[in-house]
Amino acid sequence: MASSNERTWRLGIDVGGTNTDAVIIDGNLKLVAATKSPTTEDVMSGIEAAMHEVVSQIGPEAAKNIGFAMLGTTHCTNAIVERKRLNKVVALRIGAPATTAISCMADWPQQLKDAMSVRDFIVHGGHEFNGQLINDLVEQEIREVARTVRDEGFESVAVTSVFSPVSDAHEVRAGQILREELGEDFPISLSSEIGTLGFLERENATILNAALHDVAITTATSFEAALAAEGLTDVAVYLGQNDGTLMSVDYAKRYPIFTIACGPTNSIRGASFLTKEKDAVVVDIGGTTTDVGVLTHGFPRESMVAVEIGDVRTNFRMPDLVSVGLGGGSIVRQQPDGSVTVGPDSVGFRVTRDALCFGGEVLTATDIVVAKGIAPGVGDPSLVAGLDPALVEVAYAEITRIIEDAVDAMKTSAGDITVILVGGGSILAPSKLEGAGEVLRPENFGVANAIGSAISQVSGQVQKVYSLTDTPRDQAIANAKALACENAIAAGADPDTVEVIDVEDIPLAYLGDALCVRVKAVGDLML
Amino acid sequence: MRRRIGIEDIEDMALGATVLGAGGGGDPYVGKLMVIEAIRKYGDIELISPDEVPDDATVVVSQMMGAPTIMVEKVCSGVEPMVTYDEMVKELGEEPYAIYAVEAGGVNSMIPFILGATRQIPVVDADLMGRAFPELQMTTLGINGVKGMPAVLADEKGNTVTVRAVDDVWLERIARQATSVMGGYTILASYQCTGRQLKEFGIHGTPTLCQEIGRTLREARENHTDPIDAVLEVTKGFRLFKGKVVDVDRKTDGMFVRGQAVVDGLDDDKGSQLVIKFQNENIIALKDGEPVCTAPDLIVSLDAESGTPVTTEGLKYGARVVVCGLPCDPQWRTPQGLKVVGPRYFGYDVDYVPIEERAAAAGLSGACGNGKTDGEGACA
Repeated sequence: MASSNERTWRLGIDVGGTNTDAVIIDGNLKLVAATKSPTTEDVMSGIEAAMHEVVSQIGPEAAKNIGFAMLGTTHCTNAIVERKRLNKVVALRIGAPATTAISCMADWPQQLKDAMSVRDFIVHGGHEFNGQLINDLVEQEIREVARTVRDEGFESVAVTSVFSPVSDAHEVRAGQILREELGEDFPISLSSEIGTLGFLERENATILNAALHDVAITTATSFEAALAAEGLTDVAVYLGQNDGTLMSVDYAKRYPIFTIACGPTNSIRGASFLTKEKDAVVVDIGGTTTDVGVLTHGFPRESMVAVEIGDVRTNFRMPDLVSVGLGGGSIVRQQPDGSVTVGPDSVGFRVTRDALCFGGEVLTATDIVVAKGIAPGVGDPSLVAGLDPALVEVAYAEITRIIEDAVDAMKTSAGDITVILVGGGSILAPSKLEGAGEVLRPENFGVANAIGSAISQVSGQVQKVYSLTDTPRDQAIANAKALACENAIAAGADPDTVEVIDVEDIPLAYLGDALCVRVKAVGDLML
Repeated sequence: MRRRIGIEDIEDMALGATVLGAGGGGDPYVGKLMVIEAIRKYGDIELISPDEVPDDATVVVSQMMGAPTIMVEKVCSGVEPMVTYDEMVKELGEEPYAIYAVEAGGVNSMIPFILGATRQIPVVDADLMGRAFPELQMTTLGINGVKGMPAVLADEKGNTVTVRAVDDVWLERIARQATSVMGGYTILASYQCTGRQLKEFGIHGTPTLCQEIGRTLREARENHTDPIDAVLEVTKGFRLFKGKVVDVDRKTDGMFVRGQAVVDGLDDDKGSQLVIKFQNENIIALKDGEPVCTAPDLIVSLDAESGTPVTTEGLKYGARVVVCGLPCDPQWRTPQGLKVVGPRYFGYDVDYVPIEERAAAAGLSGACGNGKTDGEGACA
């Protein structure tokens, strides 16, 4: 760990679909180096290239100031989508006789099931909605499952119990038994720590989490190796998670699924940092897609509905996003009826080779803004001077419409809202948008995501059910707040900066006098 | 008219059942997965028309009651429909000729097919609501004086309760209490009646209608044609309003989800606002304060792009929807029907006016082309 005050610089990296961005930020949170480099198929070589470039920019002497390295990456998403590098998982369902009507992974693509060679078991136990038992947990049944895990070389176990978000007792006990049988370090994922109510979706998310264990380890170790290759051996390493906060490598090994969609989150957090805005719509325009998210109280708004990952329905927390097929490389076409389409297909990172204004042969969204003369310094305007001005106008109107629609879809009230434009493709967006008040285009907008990764904070969360007879509501909430702050500090937050950012208390009417309290606390990294 | 129902048919039917759910009825997703699993094990299901049921044969409903949100977490064991059926057979002293659905909308559209596949019993192409409704007594048998007794409830643990109540309102009260104690939802065998009664009072062809709606939606998406027009054509419905959801207020009181959604107008409706009030299902839609559609007609929100039905649970800030009004079965438009499911039953002091008449008065476009309708039904 960094201890001296000199080692307060941060290296932030964010892997996007098109580019991998890297930045270095000094102890006063000033940007001292930034780069963009194409995302590679193996992801890691792109990370290495971007890292090498920013470290070279500041030189080896200054690089000694780097005490922290943060990576927001797509490793986990890619592993699921490509159905590769996934662990052999045992899915343990607790709830029999409930749930036996629908098999484990009933709705999964066969290919993905095969890639994880999942074996599933259903044992007795689980809870009713009111916390009563459906059945007692039969410990012997779990020990037998452990035997199969050991005998057949399974690598990870996913445990899902009925109504575990109300009572996690059976999942926790099953986890203990499995560790007794399989060893303290055996990877075990408990659904109550991953998702919310909705059994099949939560089970799915937990199985995916279990299958990603090795991917998380590989990601962390190869990141550490890449840092070492740059001479950065004594830095604290963090992975970005999708609520805009950081997790230690140890934590990431247990909850790899929380890295999914950390990229858009990093952009939203970076946009907040660059503009000092706490509530706004953030439009991140890349090479192929535009992600629109919402910043509320400085953090991304969470989605309320089931989210599909690799064609699997899940319900763990995800940022609320709209993605549309518009980016700098989006292909522009004139239709026979005279109308013009922009995207959704794109030349992606090859825009600097294939776009007309870069001497290529494809008419892209970038060519339209270059031809309009509103993107100074991009490409060679003379190469697009011959474009039909009418076509340029229609295409530009279409680009504007796509952005305005996406912004509008994310707004929660009719009033005008501040819009922050970030991402390399944000040169496409006009400076006035329908339904937007101010449109902000911060300096360094192109690497907002890597900045978001670098400035990420550390969080602590608590979800606990209190009996109001024993603990009055005020005391229960105070207790949960204190626990959340403790967790944040334990995760590496500076105690002086820890604050509670979210409190939710849900009376469990059906439990009589019970109150479920959820608290999230966040603080700056302890430097 | 007899035909086999396989996995593809069930996929379409579940999608259409969400439309007829009128915003509620519970997501058919879990029900669909249970049926698919049963079909994989036991084979396709025979669907027969009500005309094929002999007049004096007995038919029985297979359904769920309680909170669909609990069923989404505590999934069935899968044997409940068979347990209730066997208890019902004991009660009746005979094997029913066939089974059928109490409601065509939502998750209950799927439940009879679990039993149908597992026991290879025919399912009748009919239901007792033509949509989804929040309470058990809201059936076309009920308004014609046929009681739903006896009713057998079962949970996944193996508990069963047989209810012989004095009427369907008492059945609703007793069964709902029992359901709460048994874990929040139960599976029932209920509404046993004769073939003659089902022919006379049942709503015919609704499972097939669900399948048609689902198939139409799927094909419209595949062929890139307007999915909303496709749904309206099959259901003879009307476009009430296009807009963006700007507020959703939802509260669970007792066993119901009550609340409202506020939709700000887009395109032709710009400047107007639509408020949809719901009790599990959508009950009344008010445009700028004036009712434009009320129960028992169906108020359905469809995603403006994909035509996918959006339930009250799925309604979300910023969602762009086309709110549609679909005509209910004529039996609900009688005085005894409106007493049970009219706007006043749900606490709204508004006269029921059929959607066709409201649409004609308001000049809303219906299913047949974009023109105005003549008030005689969309495709008459």
